[in-house]
Amino acid sequence: MGEISKFSNFKKFLEKGPIILLIVSVLNEFDFNYLNLKYFSFNFPFILIYYWSLKRSGSLGYGLIFLSGLLNDVVTGLPIGVSSLAYLLICVFSSYLRNITLRPSAMKDWFFFGLAILVVNSLIYLIVGLVFEVELEYYSILVNILFTFLFYIIFSGLFDYYQKVIFGGQNV
Amino acid sequence: MQAGRDDFVIAIRSAFLKKENKQKFSLLALIFLTFIIILSEKFNLKPIDYLKIFLREVAYRSSFIVSAPENFIKEAYVATKNHFSVYEENKELKEKLNFELSKNYNSEYILEENKRLRSTIDETTFLTSEIIGKVLIDKKSPFLRSVIINRGSKDGVELGMAVMDKSYLIGKVVEVSFTTSRVLLLSDLNSKVPVDIMPNDIQSILSGTGGDEGVIQYTRQQELIEKDAVVFTSGAGGLFKSGIPIGKIAMDPSNLKTVVSFFSDFSQLRYVKIISFKKETE
Repeated sequence: MGEISKFSNFKKFLEKGPIILLIVSVLNEFDFNYLNLKYFSFNFPFILIYYWSLKRSGSLGYGLIFLSGLLNDVVTGLPIGVSSLAYLLICVFSSYLRNITLRPSAMKDWFFFGLAILVVNSLIYLIVGLVFEVELEYYSILVNILFTFLFYIIFSGLFDYYQKVIFGGQNV
Repeated sequence: MQAGRDDFVIAIRSAFLKKENKQKFSLLALIFLTFIIILSEKFNLKPIDYLKIFLREVAYRSSFIVSAPENFIKEAYVATKNHFSVYEENKELKEKLNFELSKNYNSEYILEENKRLRSTIDETTFLTSEIIGKVLIDKKSPFLRSVIINRGSKDGVELGMAVMDKSYLIGKVVEVSFTTSRVLLLSDLNSKVPVDIMPNDIQSILSGTGGDEGVIQYTRQQELIEKDAVVFTSGAGGLFKSGIPIGKIAMDPSNLKTVVSFFSDFSQLRYVKIISFKKETE
């Protein structure tokens, strides 16, 4: 009986995986800067939020996404509210795609993600540059968008597998 | 055509307004709230300041804990890398040490002479007070180059204080919380510091590039800048005292940009000195 209860607690913990990953990624940011790769960076929270909002919308609450955006702004030093707006707009894109999709396809999700991050990053670039007059490095952002786009397909494969193992492929 | 447009509008409306399964808030309400926060930030409203102070205290400490595994990997990687180059480096350092020791005797004499000459021409001398801080977060964000240190207003940190790694300038304090502060590094695009380039005593402005180096801007004597010339703070503006070493000119001045390679490696900062310079009163 105790074994079953322990297992069910562990399963519950794993079901909270996307939330834990989101909090860890905004507080830590996997940047690999010690590797000294020039310009290399990618936005892991974008991938995480888009994927889980699209595939299993209940696993990441919008309130939590909003809060994690605020934390990200504080950690990275951006004007407060900017990342929250970016994350919520990513949710809008994924929600829109979910509404219009009858037959899901990984390729369609991927390219729509590319469009979503281009629009969202452009908007953030405009807000930070025009409203707050903070200079941003254009090429870094462009490379960040490119790597985020490329890494989406890899992470979506990993998340698909995680979803199958933890949730048994059931839909919300 | 009409039906396609209707579908689009319905899907958009549904994406914004429909409160989905297991969701407590609608997206539109949260986006609206975010806009209010952004506008409040723009106009520096008081409630946002309190929210920021609270979030900073929570986020910086949590981030330090959450980053521990990555920091461990980072340190292990750097230690392994250093291990392989230690023999060659030791040989090189021994040679350098001998050379620097001989220079040291000369500089001691010059320092004394400089002090005496300054007092002759009534040049202001500075009193410094320093606080040692530990770097909590050094995220190389694609947007900003800054670090968070574990010293805040309770330790006497104030906005604009100079931050140094050993004897090299690395940035200044741009945000102060009760227990933590944010340091804007010299490599950030928004960093501008008045500098003196030696030899030839060229006055200029050092600007960050967002990368690992800085560039020399707004100078009329570009052609006089020599490769390996040393860049010091000029003291103009009164924020920093003059003569703090920053870096050296890395590129040939005939190129379009005059690049400054910083003496300090900003990706390896562990402990820093936060320094305030106050004019000595008679």
